[in-house]
Amino acid sequence: MTPEFSRNHFELFGLPVAYAVDTTVLERAYRDLQGRVHPDRFASASEAERRVAMQWATRANEAYRTLRNPIDRARYLLALKGFDTGEESNTSMPPDFLMQQMEWRESVEDGRARHDPGALEGLRREIDESRTEMHAFLARALGGDRNYDAGCSLVRKLRFLDKIEAEIDDALEAIADGVPAPRRAASPKGND
Amino acid sequence: MRVTEGKHMAYSEKVIDHYEHPRNVGSFAKDEEGVATGMVGAPACGDVMKLQIKVGAGGIIEDAKFKTYGCGSAIASSSLVTEWVKGKTLDEAGGIRNTQIAEELALPPVKIHCSILAEDAIKAAIADYRKKYGEEDGAQKAAD
Repeated sequence: MTPEFSRNHFELFGLPVAYAVDTTVLERAYRDLQGRVHPDRFASASEAERRVAMQWATRANEAYRTLRNPIDRARYLLALKGFDTGEESNTSMPPDFLMQQMEWRESVEDGRARHDPGALEGLRREIDESRTEMHAFLARALGGDRNYDAGCSLVRKLRFLDKIEAEIDDALEAIADGVPAPRRAASPKGND
Repeated sequence: MRVTEGKHMAYSEKVIDHYEHPRNVGSFAKDEEGVATGMVGAPACGDVMKLQIKVGAGGIIEDAKFKTYGCGSAIASSSLVTEWVKGKTLDEAGGIRNTQIAEELALPPVKIHCSILAEDAIKAAIADYRKKYGEEDGAQKAAD
C-alpha cells in the first residue's frame, strides 16, 4: 500500500533530495499519501493494519512538517549529508553578527520601554530584510554551492532572528495590553 | 523557548537573586587599557551574552562586566561568572567549568546550556585578551 518505511522525507514524497522544494508538488504528494493511509479507509481492517496505517499517517505528518519549513528542511538535509547544525552546542557566532543581535535586542527593549509600536514594526521590517537575504544565501549554500558548513552557520543565524521576532511580538503584545514597561536590568526581561 | 516553557518555571533562590540584582552589568569603554571582550550566542534559544574583563598588573582580572539578553538562568550564569573571575589570573578564570556554575545556581537540566554559554563567554574574553595583548599575563609568574 505504501513505500518503504526507511525512505527519507524527500523520497517519501517522491521529491529529489534537495533544498529547493516545489511546495505544490510537496502538498499534492502529502495529501495523496494521507488519503491512502487515512483511518477511515481502515475502519474494517484488522487491528494490525490499522496500527500500520496510523504509523504511516504520523510519519507523513512529520515529513511534511519538516519539509514545509525552510529551516527544518535545511537542518534535515544537512543531517542527511552528515552535517550537524550545532544549534545546541555551537556558541561562537561571528562577533559582528552577535553585536548586531545585541543592538537589535536593545532596540526591542527601547521600543517596549517607550511604548513605541512604530519603532518595533520598523525594526521588524529591518530584520525581515535580513532574514530574506539569509534565506537566499541558505538556498545558494545548500543548492549550487554545496557549502554545507555555510548552511549550518546560516541555520544557526536564522534561529537568532526567530528569537528577535518573538521578542518583538511579545513587546507589541505588552504595549497593546497596556503592560507597564519592565524594569531595566541585565536584560529587558527574562522570557521564562 | 517561549512556547515550550511557562512563565512560572521554578528558579532557585540564587538564580532569582542574580536575576533581580545582577552584578556587574554594563560595559567598559572600548579603548580602556587591559579590557577584552567575549561575545557568544546560543542559537537554540537566541540568548546573546557579552562578557568583558579588565586585566591589571600581573595578569589579574581586576573587574568584569556583562550584558546578557536571555532567560533568568543565562543572566544569573553570566552575573555569577563576573563575580567569580575577579581576582583570578587568566588561567584560573579559564578553568571555570559550566558544571560549577550549574551547581552553584542549582540549574535544572534544561538550563545547563545557559551555564555552558557563560563558560564559553569567559573563555572567549580570555582568548580576546591574549589576542590583543599577547601572553603578558605570564610575566608576573616568571618574576615570582
